[in-house]
Amino acid sequence: MGNWLNRLLGRDNQSSAQSAKERLQLVLIHDRTDLSPALVETLKDEIIAVISKHVEIDPGGVEINLSQTQRENRLVANIPLLAAPGGRRRPRK
Amino acid sequence: MGGKVLTVTSGKGGVGKTTTTANLAVALAATGDKVVCLDADIGLRNLDVVMGLENRIVYDLVDIVEGRARLRQAMIKDKRLPELYLIPAAQTRDKAAVSPTDMIKLCNELRNEVDWILVDSPAGIERGFRNAVAPADQVLIVTNPEVSAVRDADRIVGLLEAEEKGPGHLIINRLKPEMVKRGDMLSTEDVLDILAIPLIGVVPEDEGILVSSNRGAPAAMDERSRAGQAFRDVARRLKGEDVPFPSLDDNKSFFQRLAARFTRAS
Ligand SMILES: Nc1ncnc2c1ncn2[C@@H]1O[C@H](COP(=O)(O)OP(=O)(O)O)[C@@H](O)[C@H]1O
Ligand SMILES: [Mg+2]
Repeated sequence: MGNWLNRLLGRDNQSSAQSAKERLQLVLIHDRTDLSPALVETLKDEIIAVISKHVEIDPGGVEINLSQTQRENRLVANIPLLAAPGGRRRPRK
Repeated sequence: MGGKVLTVTSGKGGVGKTTTTANLAVALAATGDKVVCLDADIGLRNLDVVMGLENRIVYDLVDIVEGRARLRQAMIKDKRLPELYLIPAAQTRDKAAVSPTDMIKLCNELRNEVDWILVDSPAGIERGFRNAVAPADQVLIVTNPEVSAVRDADRIVGLLEAEEKGPGHLIINRLKPEMVKRGDMLSTEDVLDILAIPLIGVVPEDEGILVSSNRGAPAAMDERSRAGQAFRDVARRLKGEDVPFPSLDDNKSFFQRLAARFTRAS
């Protein structure tokens, strides 16, 4: 569909070049690492299972992302821990 | 060591490898260097017609490899320039007729004869690509400012790194400055951000490229051609000169240049 039409309808205020760049950056992370989005989901489930054996975590809050700088790629996991029963949520300052 | 082997490749087909090979060969030969270009696209011979030498073919690459012709016999001389030669691809054979070792051996012989050996690679990442890249001292990766072409170029960068052929140097072909300004085409900076390899040329979209391939006279032969100028700049950079990249605003449209000419004249 024409770009002008999208703009007219306010569907996107991003230029098509900007979309091209973002889509390329995403697809290349997967090409360069041979990690498909489906594989990342599998990894996420298994990481949740392994960590849950030892500590209580919030499975809904777990994020696994691929990040990259120039030609280096990194798998970044963000895993929120739940407080132990009766434990302190946060250390006092 | 003698001549230097430059391989022109891309991954994706139709981005301008053959156009680039022909124009760089002409531009380098115009500086007085001795140049041979080698069409490694076996079965899909093209460089001969782009250079306008199709009527003079007797022997081809496979004839040399299989010993039916000596190197010198298969080198077609382009009479328009002092020292420019073409070794055409075989049209009726397939890529399996030549191996990477054959290419290395052939290019090593050519190094003693000329200053530059330009290898035009077929599309893809299979045998033909490996044949073309095997003898390379330096690889030029051609891409277009477009998602699929850049993605394929990235794949080539990865393969070259694995083969320890360096990251390669990038040529962005068919850039349309007006579309970049409008935000509807990836800019040179965008493509460089993504591929992160050194840039050696930016060639504008130019109808003159089609006209010149109709005639079999590469645009680099035409002093007034904008794409030809971009290729001549690449040739100078290959020879170690520090040639600045023109900014988008230097690539004025035909009408702007025409207007500028009238203002100057009056
Ligand atoms: N800078 C350019 N401006 C306009 N047309 C171009 C340009 N570069 C290449 N082309 C055209 O694109 C087509 C494919 O080019 P070619 O060099 O044969 O690509 P490849 O060898 O990579 O398959 C040809 O028709 C050619 O004339
Ligand atoms: Mg070609």
